[in-house]
Amino acid sequence: MTTATENPLLEIRKISKFFGSVIALQDVSAFVRAGEVTCLLGDNGAGKSTLIKVLAGVHKPTDGSYFFEGREMDFDSPRDALDLGIATVYQDLAMIPLMSIWRNFFLGSEPTRGFGPFKRYDVDFAKDTTRKEMGKMGIDIRDPDQPVGTLSGGERQSVAIARAVYFGAKVLILDEPTAALGVKQAGTVLKYIVQAKNRGIGVIFITHNPHHAYPVGDHFVVLRRGQVYGDFTKEEIPLEQLVQMMAGGADLEVLQHELETELRRGAEPAAEGAAADDGPSPEDG
Amino acid sequence: MATTAPPAEAPAPSDERVRKVGLVQRLLVLPGTGAVLITIIIWVFFAAVANSNNFVSTAATAAILNRAAPLGILAIAVALLMIAGEFDLSIGSIVGFASMAIMLAVTESGAGGFGWPLWAGALLALAIALLAGFFNGLLVVWTRLPSFIVTLGSLFILRGLAIAITRQRTNRTQLGNLDEVSGFGFFDGLFGTEFTIGGAGFDVAILWWVGLVAIATWILLRTQWGNWIFGTGGAQESARNVGVPVARVKVLLFMTTAFAGFMVALIQAVQFTGADALRGRLQEFNAIIAVVVGGTLLTGGYGSAVGALFGALAFATLQQGVVIWGVDADWFQVFVGGLLVVAVVFNNYIRQRAARR
Repeated sequence: MTTATENPLLEIRKISKFFGSVIALQDVSAFVRAGEVTCLLGDNGAGKSTLIKVLAGVHKPTDGSYFFEGREMDFDSPRDALDLGIATVYQDLAMIPLMSIWRNFFLGSEPTRGFGPFKRYDVDFAKDTTRKEMGKMGIDIRDPDQPVGTLSGGERQSVAIARAVYFGAKVLILDEPTAALGVKQAGTVLKYIVQAKNRGIGVIFITHNPHHAYPVGDHFVVLRRGQVYGDFTKEEIPLEQLVQMMAGGADLEVLQHELETELRRGAEPAAEGAAADDGPSPEDG
Repeated sequence: MATTAPPAEAPAPSDERVRKVGLVQRLLVLPGTGAVLITIIIWVFFAAVANSNNFVSTAATAAILNRAAPLGILAIAVALLMIAGEFDLSIGSIVGFASMAIMLAVTESGAGGFGWPLWAGALLALAIALLAGFFNGLLVVWTRLPSFIVTLGSLFILRGLAIAITRQRTNRTQLGNLDEVSGFGFFDGLFGTEFTIGGAGFDVAILWWVGLVAIATWILLRTQWGNWIFGTGGAQESARNVGVPVARVKVLLFMTTAFAGFMVALIQAVQFTGADALRGRLQEFNAIIAVVVGGTLLTGGYGSAVGALFGALAFATLQQGVVIWGVDADWFQVFVGGLLVVAVVFNNYIRQRAARR
């Protein structure tokens, strides 16, 4: 399915990553085109975190190849990937809570004016640009001087996405941007994912929630136990099937059966069964 | 993108979600506000209890500022480092070591020194201090050990070296007669003069102190390095992820604290025309107290140089107040401990009030 893809912006082929005897990823292939969203789905422990780190240049894959704009890549550090326009927005490590929005927005790439000892941080430009760029993403920020710590989780992710887009990201890798968010906030983040896609950016959206992935995704790669369990385009798979696949099809049916028999036993309390619903844990294995 | 900044546009259209925040509220969110209030409270307290001993006078004010200046110079650098999330406990020992380096260099060779002119001695001390700071920083960055432990080690090593080397070469731990060394006049003019205002002598060090606060504030708020310092202390990993050279920031800040130690060593050597191997003892703690009273978070990511200025001022006001009040000096430490605890609780309180808005 992943062979002979047309002009992928970023593609990995048969990537494996071993940590000693542990096989974190085996023969994982995926790709993203410009202006498309590829969703990497997987439950806890499926290998999502490792895959992100390989994509971001944090881990070197043990085996397999990594192509960006048709050329094979070998990153030594996340900085290498970033310089090429592969930006990763991590779930918790995106922002510095005590710093204001505009300071966060330009942290590490501050615009400056002047020369030599009088080189200074162009504060007006930074504040102005922050407001404008957030506006382009459809986010109307109240006060760029506000510390990021006072923003909601969804707003923080949005600032991080807007920042990556502004600094010329061609590929945007989003690590569980909607986990730990409320329904409405998750919706806001999904909107920015579509915004980024519409601006011609290739988005790799990592999540364990098929309900978040399905509305925005063009491709779905389902990971299980470090391997690709399925790879589909949106036309090939309806949401229900994706959900079922995520939970592990047969397992879910067994669980459903168990729950039903448990419930049929009558009015006796069967509280334990309720704990097995799909309540996602924000932590990825 | 860097230099093609369009001028800031007219203020953004007002937003119904932004409340007009009053001046008081805006002042309260600044790190140094607590220290300003604390300084005023301390001053008013001593003005009341020690009024008969002339606490409210130019002479007493000069004494306070003269005490505050060297502590304040150390506190600026300690504040920058603490905002970046690290400590330097060796700064007092660097003052002692740099003082002895200056004095040994200029002492005649017959008495165990090198017989150098003062400028050469000052350069030697500067080089040694920067090297010590560089190694402190490098060790912290490489080993990833808490800087508390690493610099606690340097505290003892540098103090021990200052005493041992001086005693071995000169059989003494105090060296004097700096005013007889060639080139003293120039340095005295820069670092040792006093200005007489209203019959009281104000040290030129006060100007150095205020000037360095201005420079540090500019660096913190208006340069790329300032942003990196806040980022490093606020969340090291996140900062590194977006390309902040965290290790370089830290090493340079350890060199900055060492530089401040050298400055104080030079100022005091010139002022007192000599030095003692024990000079600067406990200043590392006093500087940390001044910085924390000044509203800088012990955990990094938040603070200001202006806060450190007022922290040092509060400390010196307390110190001088106790002296002028005529209380037994034994009680001073009780007051300092009390100041620290009260200030931290107070700062915490107003920060929470301010955050709630």
